[in-house]
Amino acid sequence: MSVERFPVEASHVLMFRRAVGHEDAERGADTAGQVLAPATFVQASAQFDPDYPLRPVPDRPWWGSGADAGYMPQGGGGLHAEQHYVYHRPVRVGDVLSSSVREGRTWQKSGRSGVLTFVESITEYVDEQGEPVVTATSVGVRREPATADSGAEQ
Amino acid sequence: MTAVAELAVGASRTTVLVENLTRTRIVQYAGASGDYNPLHVDERFAREVAGYPGVFAHGMLTMGMTARAITDWVGEERLTRFGVRFTAQVWPGDTLTAVVTVTAVDDVEISLEVTTTNEDGVVVLSGTAGCRPDAGPDPSWEAHA
Repeated sequence: MSVERFPVEASHVLMFRRAVGHEDAERGADTAGQVLAPATFVQASAQFDPDYPLRPVPDRPWWGSGADAGYMPQGGGGLHAEQHYVYHRPVRVGDVLSSSVREGRTWQKSGRSGVLTFVESITEYVDEQGEPVVTATSVGVRREPATADSGAEQ
Repeated sequence: MTAVAELAVGASRTTVLVENLTRTRIVQYAGASGDYNPLHVDERFAREVAGYPGVFAHGMLTMGMTARAITDWVGEERLTRFGVRFTAQVWPGDTLTAVVTVTAVDDVEISLEVTTTNEDGVVVLSGTAGCRPDAGPDPSWEAHA
């Protein structure tokens, strides 16, 4: 995801540290930036992507259940196959990052259940000086042709 | 921080990441990460629309918990790379255990291998990581401290 402004905030780091099970999560609330953000924290830059599709938005349709069971959206059906991070420096509270995405490789594998298409996308996180902070590479996989139960996303 | 001497080739550490993973814990990760995909937080959708037995955890929750096992051992500030493949889904009720092993050590990097398995011994995540042999003196890290 491309995000123009991803401020790394203490309360957000606190919440993330709790979610991934740090026993001393409250240290994440240190606003002095003495505690590093967890290794996978940049994934939470989704919070600062105005167009992030996996978050409900008021007055827009959401495909989860309400009065009925919901529906599978167009383009739903990918699995998260791989995730890779390269750390150029640690992420700390107080950082203001931005990110840009580029397409990586695409490849296919034939299996019993059909053709699997893997698509790589590379997100570069930089700081306010434009210096590299984290390079994140995500690999999604999709089964073609789509089957009724292919709505998985890890 | 763990001394470099402890991180010799073959050294290994086992961490229970979560026992009896709850749906609420998955919701907690959804809130923190911002990923509210109904597959992870909406049992009715997961069963009736997506055709799964129920909700399952974000791969990134498993990766995040596994990262903690690594950085609790080697120190967060030393991590230079971490990459994984998601090899099986993680369900509510699962107990996950990560085993981190040192595979190589040289002047530039301590290389690690990590495998996270569920209570049935099924590998749900496998990957590798690297860390710098010492915390300093990379100037880009020092300057930011």
